[in-house]
Amino acid sequence: MGALALLVATKKGAWIYHGDDARRQWQVDGPHFLGHVIHHLVLDPRDRVTLLAAAKTGHLGPTIFRSTDLGKTWSEAKRPPAFAKAPVGTIGRSVDHTFWLTPGHPSEPGVWYAGTSPHGLFRSEDGGVNWEEVSGLNDNPQYRDWMGGPQDGTPDGPKLHSVLVDPRDAGHLYIGMSSGGVHESRDAGKSWAPLVEGLEIVAGMDPGQIQFHDPHCLAICAANPDRLYQQNHCGIYRIDRPSDQWRRIGRAMPAAVGDIGFPIVVHPTDADTAWVFPMDGTDVWPRTSPGGMPAVYRTRDGGESWQRQDAGLPKSHAWWTVLRQAMTGDTCDQPGLYLGTTSGSIWSSVDEGANWSMLAEHLPSIYALEIGVLA
Amino acid sequence: MNVLIPDVLKSYTGAAQVVAEAGTVGELFEWLDEHYPGIRFRVIDEQDRFRRHMRCFVNGIQTFDLGAILSPHDDVVILQALSGG
Repeated sequence: MGALALLVATKKGAWIYHGDDARRQWQVDGPHFLGHVIHHLVLDPRDRVTLLAAAKTGHLGPTIFRSTDLGKTWSEAKRPPAFAKAPVGTIGRSVDHTFWLTPGHPSEPGVWYAGTSPHGLFRSEDGGVNWEEVSGLNDNPQYRDWMGGPQDGTPDGPKLHSVLVDPRDAGHLYIGMSSGGVHESRDAGKSWAPLVEGLEIVAGMDPGQIQFHDPHCLAICAANPDRLYQQNHCGIYRIDRPSDQWRRIGRAMPAAVGDIGFPIVVHPTDADTAWVFPMDGTDVWPRTSPGGMPAVYRTRDGGESWQRQDAGLPKSHAWWTVLRQAMTGDTCDQPGLYLGTTSGSIWSSVDEGANWSMLAEHLPSIYALEIGVLA
Repeated sequence: MNVLIPDVLKSYTGAAQVVAEAGTVGELFEWLDEHYPGIRFRVIDEQDRFRRHMRCFVNGIQTFDLGAILSPHDDVVILQALSGG
C-alpha cells in the first residue's frame, strides 16, 4: 500500500498531513486556500493523483478546485456544479456550496459525483473539470417536493450527502438528503426511489412524509456491499439488501449516551464492525459530546452490542463534536481511525479505536477528513 | 471602462484594476469571465443574481441589473461585504 495522506477540510482552508509507515508521525502541508470554506477534500482512489476540493468563501460563490500534484498547483473547474437557469417568471435554484464529493466506480475513470446545498446531485465525467446536473433527481417533480428549501434542513442549508456507489455496479447509487430521506437508483441516476422503511422521524410527524427523514451519514460495507449502516437524526440503523427495511441497531447503545450523532464509519474488511461518534441530542440539541466526555462507540456484531472506546480522549469538559464527514478510517491491515473535531483537533487511532492520540490541534473547525492512499 | 477588482478576486485578474469593454453590466461580467475564467460565477449565480455579499457600483451607484447600460468612460467597482467570523 502507498503512503497515507490525511486530507483535512475546514471552515478556513485545507491541510494535507502525510503519514509515516507506522502512522505515528505526520508531516503537515498547508494551509491550502487559507480563508476559503472547504467542505470536502478527496483524492481519487482510482488514479491516486486527482485531488478535488469543494470550496467557497463567505462572499464568493462555490467552485471546485483540482490538483494532480498533491496541491502544489491547483486549477479551477471550468463548469462547477450549478443548477439550470430557471424559466423567466420562476424562481431558480442556486448552489450555495458543494458539500460532498464522491469518486465514481472503478470502471468509470474520471467520473465523480457531487452533492450540494441546497439539495442537488451533479456528475462529472472528466475528473471534475465540468459538472452536469443529474437531472433524474434534480428535475424530478416529486423529488423537488421532498428537497429542502432555504428554511429547511441543517443550520447552514439542506445538504445532499453520502453519495455511495455500489462497488459491484456503477449504476447502483445511494444518496442521503438532510432532510429528505435516503434514496436509491439502479440506473446511474436516471430514476430514484426512497429507501426509508423502518427509519424513525421526530415524534409527532408522519414517517410517510419523505421530507421529514433526516439521514446524517450513510456507509456501504466494502466487505459486503449489500449491507449499509446509517447514522440518522433519529438513531443508528442497518439494512441488509435486498431487504428494504432499516433496523434501529442504536437501541443497543447505552441509554445515557443515546444513538444520536453525525458520522458512521465501517470496517474495510469486516461488515459486522462499525464506529460512531455520539453527540448530545437532548433538550435543545447541543450536538456536543454527551456530558463533555467524547467517545467513539464500536460494534463488532452488526449493531447487536456497542463498546465505548475513549482511551486517550479527554475525560471531561470537552464540548466538541465530530461532523458527518469528519470521521474516517484507513485500510491498513489493522485499520486506523481519524476524528476531526469542531474545535480544530485531529485525533487518531492505529488500533481500530482502542487507543487515541492527538495528531493535530489549533486548526479551524474541521468539516471533513478523508484518507488518501498515494501513488 | 475602468473596473476596480476586490482583493478576493485578484487571484483571477492578478491586478486591482482592469480596463474592460462592455455595453452593459452583464456584458462586462461576460468580458471578465472570458479574460479571467471562473470569475463570473464567483460573483453572479446561475440565475443571474448577484451573490448575497457581492456588490457592483457604476459611477458610485449600486446596481443589481445586468442589463444596466455602461459607457466607455464609466467607473465600475466590484466589492465584497465580509460577513460572519
